[in-house]
Amino acid sequence: MLGLNRNDFLMLLFVFVLVAAAPIFLNPFPEGSTFAQFNAGYPDLMQRFLIFGIFAIGFNILFGLTGYLSFGHAAFLGAGSYAGVWMLKLLTINVIPAIVVSTIVAGVFSLMIGYISLRRSGIYFSILTLAFAQMSFALAASVLTPITGGETGLQTTLSDPRILDGAAAGTGNIPAPSLFGLEMGHSWKVAVGDWLWTFNVGYYLCAFVLMIVFYISIRIFRSPFGMMLKAIKSNNERLSYTGISPRPYTLAAFVISGMYAGLAGGLMVSMDPLAGAERMQWTASGEVVLMTILGGVGTVVGPVLGAGIIKYFENIFSKINDGLLEQWFAFMPDGLADFMVTIVHPFVGKGWHLSLGLMFMLVVIFLPGGLVGGVTGLFRRLFRRRSH
Amino acid sequence: MELSALLLQVLNGLDKGSAYALIALGLTLIFGTLGVVNFAHGALFMIGAFCSVTVQRLLSLSTVTLDETKTDFLGRPLEVKTPYVESWFGESVGQAMIDWSVPLAILLAIPVMLLIGFVMERGLIKHFYKRPHSDQILVTFGLAIVLQEIIKAYFGANQIPAPAPSMFIGSFDFGQLVGFDPGVLMYPYWRIVYFLFAMLVIAAVFAFLQFTTFGMVVRAGMADRETVGLLGINIDKRFTIMFGIAAAVAGLAGVMYTPINSPSYTFGMDFLVISFVVVVVGGMGSLGGAVLAGFVLGILESFASMREVIEFIPGINQVVIYLAAVLILLARPRGLLGRKGVMES
Repeated sequence: MLGLNRNDFLMLLFVFVLVAAAPIFLNPFPEGSTFAQFNAGYPDLMQRFLIFGIFAIGFNILFGLTGYLSFGHAAFLGAGSYAGVWMLKLLTINVIPAIVVSTIVAGVFSLMIGYISLRRSGIYFSILTLAFAQMSFALAASVLTPITGGETGLQTTLSDPRILDGAAAGTGNIPAPSLFGLEMGHSWKVAVGDWLWTFNVGYYLCAFVLMIVFYISIRIFRSPFGMMLKAIKSNNERLSYTGISPRPYTLAAFVISGMYAGLAGGLMVSMDPLAGAERMQWTASGEVVLMTILGGVGTVVGPVLGAGIIKYFENIFSKINDGLLEQWFAFMPDGLADFMVTIVHPFVGKGWHLSLGLMFMLVVIFLPGGLVGGVTGLFRRLFRRRSH
Repeated sequence: MELSALLLQVLNGLDKGSAYALIALGLTLIFGTLGVVNFAHGALFMIGAFCSVTVQRLLSLSTVTLDETKTDFLGRPLEVKTPYVESWFGESVGQAMIDWSVPLAILLAIPVMLLIGFVMERGLIKHFYKRPHSDQILVTFGLAIVLQEIIKAYFGANQIPAPAPSMFIGSFDFGQLVGFDPGVLMYPYWRIVYFLFAMLVIAAVFAFLQFTTFGMVVRAGMADRETVGLLGINIDKRFTIMFGIAAAVAGLAGVMYTPINSPSYTFGMDFLVISFVVVVVGGMGSLGGAVLAGFVLGILESFASMREVIEFIPGINQVVIYLAAVLILLARPRGLLGRKGVMES
């Protein structure tokens, strides 16, 4: 169906259900309960799951298929963000032009950087992309301030000359991006018993876009073009000997993944019309690498899961503080409870990076194929045992 | 432009260049021997820097006695702190030790960094020889985050100053030394110390590799690990020791850098990215290239931050290193002194 084989179609369906029902199952704990802290079903966070999911899907097309490890993809996300905000400022508060233009701008930007960086492979390629991204970051934060807003960032204001719709409606002094009048921040809240579910317009716009680009990515993975990219990863030299130049293919993959990053940037500013230079910094590029690796490099669904998990941990772990810990361990005897709080303390709250680092090392050491690779490996082992 | 202004920029570039060169040297040692790309190297530099903070704190541990004859501004008896070292070694020696805590930290840093290097290599890196470079990058990157966070949990997130010995604080008139008018060319003492120290460490590493039997075996192993192993030499053990030495070099670079820039837990990451650029510009696996590129890029950075240059090309000071890296890599794909066939698929 949809030009996919059965397994891929089921996976698409799985992701569709996952994304569509996320506002419900990400809020498994009743409002006001002790564990309500772990609820992730609020619009801001769910939007970020999907946006970084799109970013990671795109990164995986480059890294997962061709094996070229780019350390500069955040630059495209940043370029897309700036382009998106400018569209919201100059053209219309409607998000569609912003999303389309940010994708195109990132595509052109990645074509320029990719054309130069892809002259080299291996770590040289990584360093070249890193160098370009750091240059973009430094320039955006300093010299290009008229275009990028420098360190304060670029954001929409009520006085912007929007050619198509003039001054837009909005709360406070920041106009709210909308889709034909439907504000991105608008949510419907549904209370079922003690549970509160939030269905947000922006989230479902992101979900719609994610489903499209996820479908495209599956088609790329299964296409002759995707086979060619895999051939580049497994043996570049042999491919050259067959008379095929790998460069156009890697460049195409680079531009596609750059456009995915730009799309993510465009969506990001559509949800929150603010773009800052730190979005381009190399740590942001590192983050998308982590997401892809954690989920599973070269698997279709891995990057989406990786993005979700990292963003979840970032938000939930960082919110846990000592008072909350004491509350949790309150059922234990005093001494033991204090001990547990001291043990857990460094891993949560401000120290959540420590958990992230450890989790990351463990995945790379024990699950080289990421979470998806680990799970499929487990299934394969169980299945083989049964068939004996 | 005057000659003295140019000379000043060269001098200003030397201290940063020294740090780049030392970190890049360690990275290249690890890459050349073990074939591992170590993203945790910046964290080792940072741990070295915190060795000097630790030594400074250890030396200033004091006993507190109340002096009833004097009062502080709140009218309470004055607290007199006597550092233990002053009571053990006498006042003058103790004060000198506290004053010299940064250089003294070298004594702590060498064994600590060697140990960390050994543990890291045997415990983690060893299992990653056969894995792809991207896996090595990722696991060491994870380790770098963990090390950073441990330091942050213990020392806090703020920068902690660790001043140089008082005799090296301030500047001296370098210009007069080479025949300029007085006051034209001032240069801080500690930066000269740092530069000389870096040269000493670099020379020691090269001499160790060049003139000792151990170094000869290591160099042979870098060229052809398998053959050296077949000759009945335990090359793995030697490479582990080299990893420890590389860690120690990064640590020493960190210890002595603290007076120039107060360390915080992100100290290493700032240098790591540039150091990788330095290694690649110098040529992967080339020790001389790493040192050369470190100084070249350091000096280049300092030239680019001259007012005249910034006025001419705005923002150049922010990007010059990366720009140079891109140009060099495109013009000389293997870096300045790189050999053929290293890190190429």
